[in-house]
Amino acid sequence: MSRVRIAHIDSLPVDRGVAAVVSGEYVAIFRLADGELAAIDHLDPCSNVPVLARGLVGCVDGTPVVASPLHKQRFDLRTGRCLDDPNVSVRVWRVEVIDQTVTVAAEPMTVAVEPPAESAA
Amino acid sequence: MERRHVLVVGNGMVGQRFVDRLVAADDGGEFDITVIGEESRPAYDRVALSSWFEGRSEADLSLVDASFVGSGRVDYRFGRTVDTIDTAAYTVLLDDGTVLGYDELVLATGSFPFVPPIPGHDIDGTFVYRTLDDLADIKRCAQRDGCTSGLVIGGGLLGLEAANALRALGLDDVHVVEMAPYPMPAQLGEGGGRMLARWVDSLGVQLHCGVAPDHFEAGASGTVERLVMSDGTEYPCDVVIFSAGVRPRDQVARDSGIDVGERGGVMVDDTLATSAPNVWAIGEVAVHRERVYGLVAPGYEMAAALAARFTGEPGDYAGSDLSTKLKLLGVDVASFGQSNAMGDDIDEIVYNDPVNRIFRRFALDAATGRLLGGALVGDVSGYELLTAVTLGQATQPDDLPAYILPASIRPPDEGTLPDGALLCSCNAVSVGTIRGAVAEGCTTVSEIKEATCAGTSCGGCVPGVTTLVRNELQSLGVEVSNALCEHFDHSRKELFALVRFHRYRTWAEVLSNHGTGRGCEICRPTVASILASLSNGYVLDGDQSSLQDTNDHHLANMQRNGTYSVIPRVPGGEITPDQLIALGLIAKDFDLYVKITGGQRIDLLGAQMHDLPGIWQRVVDAGMESGHAYGKALRTVKSCVGSVWCRYGVQDSVGMAIDLENRYRGLRSPHKLKMGVSGCTRECAEAQSKDVGVIATESGWNLYVGGNGGRSPRHADLFATDLDDETLVRTIDRFLAYYIRTADRLQRTSVWLDSLDGGLEHVRSVIVDDELGICDELDADIALHVDTYECEWRATLNDPERLSHFVEFVNAPEENTTPVWIQERGQRVPA
Ligand code: SRM
Ligand SMILES: Cc1cc2nc3c(=O)[nH]c(=O)nc-3n(C[C@H](O)[C@H](O)[C@H](O)COP(=O)(O)OP(=O)(O)OC[C@H]3O[C@@H](n4cnc5c(N)ncnc54)[C@H](O)[C@@H]3O)c2cc1C
Ligand code: SF4
Ligand code: FES
Repeated sequence: MSRVRIAHIDSLPVDRGVAAVVSGEYVAIFRLADGELAAIDHLDPCSNVPVLARGLVGCVDGTPVVASPLHKQRFDLRTGRCLDDPNVSVRVWRVEVIDQTVTVAAEPMTVAVEPPAESAA
Repeated sequence: MERRHVLVVGNGMVGQRFVDRLVAADDGGEFDITVIGEESRPAYDRVALSSWFEGRSEADLSLVDASFVGSGRVDYRFGRTVDTIDTAAYTVLLDDGTVLGYDELVLATGSFPFVPPIPGHDIDGTFVYRTLDDLADIKRCAQRDGCTSGLVIGGGLLGLEAANALRALGLDDVHVVEMAPYPMPAQLGEGGGRMLARWVDSLGVQLHCGVAPDHFEAGASGTVERLVMSDGTEYPCDVVIFSAGVRPRDQVARDSGIDVGERGGVMVDDTLATSAPNVWAIGEVAVHRERVYGLVAPGYEMAAALAARFTGEPGDYAGSDLSTKLKLLGVDVASFGQSNAMGDDIDEIVYNDPVNRIFRRFALDAATGRLLGGALVGDVSGYELLTAVTLGQATQPDDLPAYILPASIRPPDEGTLPDGALLCSCNAVSVGTIRGAVAEGCTTVSEIKEATCAGTSCGGCVPGVTTLVRNELQSLGVEVSNALCEHFDHSRKELFALVRFHRYRTWAEVLSNHGTGRGCEICRPTVASILASLSNGYVLDGDQSSLQDTNDHHLANMQRNGTYSVIPRVPGGEITPDQLIALGLIAKDFDLYVKITGGQRIDLLGAQMHDLPGIWQRVVDAGMESGHAYGKALRTVKSCVGSVWCRYGVQDSVGMAIDLENRYRGLRSPHKLKMGVSGCTRECAEAQSKDVGVIATESGWNLYVGGNGGRSPRHADLFATDLDDETLVRTIDRFLAYYIRTADRLQRTSVWLDSLDGGLEHVRSVIVDDELGICDELDADIALHVDTYECEWRATLNDPERLSHFVEFVNAPEENTTPVWIQERGQRVPA
């Protein structure tokens, strides 16, 4: 799968996100303090505004999350699941450092996000 | 027409009301009026006397227009007394020997305070509380060096008011001694009196009821020092106020052979005539149908009735209703009808809520169920209707028992809310649902959010949810921690102390030494705020950048469509025309929506992230700086125009507001801080609704703390009076520094004060009396802030590295999202 070059790894702030354009879509990329990288949709599905890269990162029981800057809903950076609303999730993008350069796959991953119990019907 | 000479003895509230009425009705100019007043000034509002201590001036309190006194319509003679009346010759003798004739003589000499004959009652340092001169004497005595304790004899309306005044004058130790077992027995009865006593306790006045004073003792200097009770108990008192009731000033009448009542007072009939021809009496000096009134309203009714009689519209005075509604020490108190009726033929309905200190009692005729009267303490809602019912002016509502409930009760603690009550209105989550979630194992607010969605929208209910969860856990026997979040076991206050002690400068140090995991949206901004408060460096340097909420991170507030607002600082609301023009041009060039904020400044909305530096460059070039609308920091110091322009202003409120704003701008704190400065007691700057409120007085500034608007508005508490500029600023410095050190995260000063053991008193002991010995440190905290302050936007604009994160897409610097706009009323707004 093709990859899109984003920026030199050192130019990414630690424990914060940046937004990038990938295949015409907006992606939020996070560089965590322990070196882990994550990329999810930049569009906040709760408000329909592209702002997730500007949220605060943190963790819940060890799972890295970002909190939307608008209303603080938290998203699992590894699965895209919204911890505060089981009906909501964002897509996850594969991110990798190649030769000191952060790259993002041209298409989002398809992650199995557990369907919420009550919405089964 | 023959002119008649009306001589009024006494220029108090009632005498003056009579003059006003007579002059107004006398269009033919039939009356010549002379007024003899013992006090050196025209009549003033005695009911509002205590407000003089809060800065209302003599002129504010005056009931007579200065131009009227000088107009010659009425011959006023101040500082004179009438000594005797020759009722046969129709003359009076004044204290300076003048003899004046009259056609009609009106006695309006009021009352004098009764001083019980306790041995030592006349030692220096003892006062009564009746005139402006009394208050000036009390103030001088209470503010002399070494004066720390005050004592009031009498726990009635006036006694409690006097006690409050002593507190406001800066005395820490104030006692009220009342012989009855509770205050205001006659008006409020036992239940109401005891509830009022609770209020008084909560206000920091020490009320001693059911006790008997024996004698006063003087200290070495000859001024009063203590009161010894009959059981040997002693109370310290450097100043004493007698407030044990009043007695009619009927001496002139007695000396002149006019009939007086058995228990004093000049006897009048329904026409208000005394036993002497053409001599009348009105106000507190009159005894009518064996009753003397100690309130102003009956006196006003008498004044109106007598003036009408003089101008040819005679109507009798038939007595007055004694129902009253007052604010006593800020506590609402009312009694109406036969407020204290008791016995076999009386039924009662009672509401007694000791937690919110509300007591309401209705007395009903047991035979007919008719409302006879009642007492209301802490919540006087319905008073008007209930009084009308007892007076037969309104029909009694069928659901009278429902009126016993306080309508204005504060929202009860969530823990006691019924299951059906809605707690989160955005997501329709009820109290019952949250209780259920706790019962099923949720122990934190984030778990509750996850389980119920409560608090996930506007967030306004989160404090309520937090309290409910805490109460529920407590009632389930679970130990409740005050830990910030899952990453820190500490409260904000503990964390602040740790950071301060270890002199940490980075998030990494704080997290690795005291926290776990990666932190979260709760602890990160909290630590950011602590680091900023302690070092005052640039908030986006080093790893602090990763801690800042998006608003702080972009030094602007994110709006609903992802754009930002720009709010430059406008200290005290003062702005030059050039700055105003500059803002207009900036808004035009960047197509920004312009709105005047509720905080006396200008908001430019709809800025895109990449435009922020360009916009701010122009704002800075126009001589303005960051307004910190985005930070938990000082917002605005609101001000009125003050003495520079306003005809009522007594100090330069704009100057003070600007000084304060420039001093505390950018000061990071647990929650936002707002201040206000008003130029006089009219309070146009609404200072009493601010965290710190300053109101000018003739001799300085009164300081109020702990007010706010918002979701649960709270009036600020008076903290100190008549401060000079330097003391004012020092006191505010310490108040803020202590708040910043000890408050919880997102706790406004009001909630912080309420959470402190001892409340305002505790704060006073720390920042005024320096009981913890930390005042020097608090002073230094603020000095560091003042010395190292730098406008964050200027600092950002000067540094290309700092500017780099105002690019929307790292890999496509030219690309920007475009929100959808529509036009509304000529400006651009989000679709
Ligand atoms: C712009 C303004 C409304 C306006 O157009 O007038 C405003 C706008 C916001 N207010 Fe406010 N408040 C504004 C004056 C007020 C006032 C009036 C005042 O200051 O005299 C109050 C009530 C007084 C008070 O705070 O005691 C007020 C009480 C609040 C509250 C409730 C605080 C509370 O203790 O209950 C919040 C929520 C919070 O802070 O948690 C809030 C929060 C907000 C936020 C920051 C909400 C947010 O996070 O987006 C709004 C965004 C500001 C922005 O620029 O994007 N705003 N807000 C006013 C800015 C004043 C300024 O010049 O800085
Ligand atoms: C601190 C305080 C708070 C109060 N609060 C309330 C309240 O909340 N509600 C309420 O209804 N009432 C209140 N009162 C009572 C109210 O002030 C009186 O009912 C009202 O002032 C009575 O008016 P008056 O004209 O009869 O007497 P005064 O106002 O006392 O006026 C009498 C005047 O006559 C002068 N005088 C006396 N003898 C002579 C003489 N021989 N020659 C010339 N002048 C003479 C006196 O110096 C005085 O100025 C309060 C009183 C005080 C002191
Ligand atoms: S508070 Fe109002 S009346 Fe008083 S000085 Fe200010 S503007 Fe004038
Ligand atoms: S009331 Fe609960 S989130 Fe708005």
